[in-house]
Amino acid sequence: MKKIMLMLYCFTTALLVPSALADEAAASAVITTATSTAPAPDPAPPRDPTIEERVTDIEAVMNQSAPTADKRASKVSISAGDNAWVLTSSALVLMMTGPGLALFYGGLVRSRNVLSTMMHSLFLMAFVSVLWVIYGYSMAFAPGNAFFGSLNQYFMLNGVGAAPNATYSGTIPQQTFMLFQLMFAIITPALISGAFAERMKFSAFVVFMIAWVTIVYFPLAHMVWGDGGLFNWAAGGKIPALDFAGGTVVHISSGVSALVCALVLGKRVGYPSQPMLPHNVVLSLIGATLLWVGWFGFNAGSALNAGSLASSAFAATHFATAAAALGWAGTEWVLKGKPSVLGLASGMVAGLVAITPASGFVSVPSALVIGVVAGVACYLMVSKVKAAFGYDDSLDAFGVHGIGGTIGALLTGVFASGAVNSAIAGKFEGGMAQLWNQAKAVGTSWILAAVATFVILKVIDATIGLRVSEEDETQGLDVTQHGEEAYNN
Amino acid sequence: MKKIEAIIKPFKLEEVKDALSEIGIQGMTVTEVKGFGRQKGHTEIYRGSEYTVDFLPKVKIEVVLSDDLAEKAIDAIVKSAKTGKIGDGKVFVLPIEQAIRIRTDETGEKAV
Repeated sequence: MKKIMLMLYCFTTALLVPSALADEAAASAVITTATSTAPAPDPAPPRDPTIEERVTDIEAVMNQSAPTADKRASKVSISAGDNAWVLTSSALVLMMTGPGLALFYGGLVRSRNVLSTMMHSLFLMAFVSVLWVIYGYSMAFAPGNAFFGSLNQYFMLNGVGAAPNATYSGTIPQQTFMLFQLMFAIITPALISGAFAERMKFSAFVVFMIAWVTIVYFPLAHMVWGDGGLFNWAAGGKIPALDFAGGTVVHISSGVSALVCALVLGKRVGYPSQPMLPHNVVLSLIGATLLWVGWFGFNAGSALNAGSLASSAFAATHFATAAAALGWAGTEWVLKGKPSVLGLASGMVAGLVAITPASGFVSVPSALVIGVVAGVACYLMVSKVKAAFGYDDSLDAFGVHGIGGTIGALLTGVFASGAVNSAIAGKFEGGMAQLWNQAKAVGTSWILAAVATFVILKVIDATIGLRVSEEDETQGLDVTQHGEEAYNN
Repeated sequence: MKKIEAIIKPFKLEEVKDALSEIGIQGMTVTEVKGFGRQKGHTEIYRGSEYTVDFLPKVKIEVVLSDDLAEKAIDAIVKSAKTGKIGDGKVFVLPIEQAIRIRTDETGEKAV
């Protein structure tokens, strides 16, 4: 294990040093060698805009559409409002992982494992960020083929700077877009940790994550949101599927992978005969409410502008969540006699998950329907189906994210409306055709996540092993994996 | 000297403490414990899974006192801790061989 870490260290340093040197060399070389090194003549620069055209461009940005500077230069590119909102949203989404998800999951496990559970989220905040810089953003968002981008176009974020990338958003720096997408890449693998909490070796977790983001997340993000991706309705995808903020890319991929993890790793020692109660429900409630607030960045930020689409995504998100919370709590009240507050919080999360793919495409009444359906369905999934099948998905990552994401992605194909989002009007609105496209994207996500996760886990199990020993598991992962105890008085 | 161990319902602690100080008992040791006798537990639900919780929170009071105070103390505890419902608790009496006050080195009944 130490050898693997040492190798990884040397490898990354070897990448960083020449890149840093190259940056300096390039900066000084630009002035002197620009004309002499180009093998073919540059195309003539576009003609300067007239005053009328410049005013039109400014008005376009003020009215929340990008300037369409066909065959001429434009003097307007960045919208301050759009950039401010997307940067804020990026911060909100990062907050969803830490402390949102860290607290939500942390409170649900036994106190001897709370630190190891929080470590899963916190470590990924750092780890995925570095992978993103090196090759992740490039693999997901550089133009390539229908399935992945490229490993070298944006290697070390080369070329990702102040200039907007019009394929994704013409009014914010590409650097902002890259940061926003990074936060999604961080939280997705963190969601899976709910399924293997309290029993996975930390070293196996690290290796699993680097493989999973590379084989599942980066390609899936490219397929649904990347330039030329197979399912990207807005950039030439052959199977145009609507996924506003990540029902497939984030929730189905993590939820289904979670199920596979739960099945391959097996049940916790003592499950289900020994009660394993949440050690601190208060932490989970704080986490869940942080998730609700942060999710406005997740969904409304995915509008990639600060205009009316952001408002409508915000509204759909909020009302779906409210309906789902009441749906879960109401069902629990009727079936069990008491509405638990952890149930209400779980309903919130289920609603947030389900509205994610639909948020920028559906009206508020449709959002209420999506919310209620998700709240009730996820409650039944978690309380009845899981017990019936007997698998140990410790924190219900599959029950909430896998099922909620599937419901939301499919219902997007039912409720998507051109009146809410004019970009899909007449082309990708709700109906049988769109529902079928949604089903294809959902199915592909399920298969990719399930198969890749299974293979990765089996390889790791055969080499370094997935689970801690039974003795370590009984003692607790905080002490045995991290040498720490959470509560020392 | 005798030691009295009483297991009582937690919300009765203040009453029992007051009753004991009324008869002249100056000190005690109190611990939070879990236990059950004939009182049944309850069910809790987390994320749709039901758990039967058998153990109930109780409070254990330990008092060491001279033999002549023992009867009055037991009486005081029983009266103040009683609610009449299942789960009120129990009192046990044990003999004490020796007692020493750490500050003054006093031994025997002078120490309690």
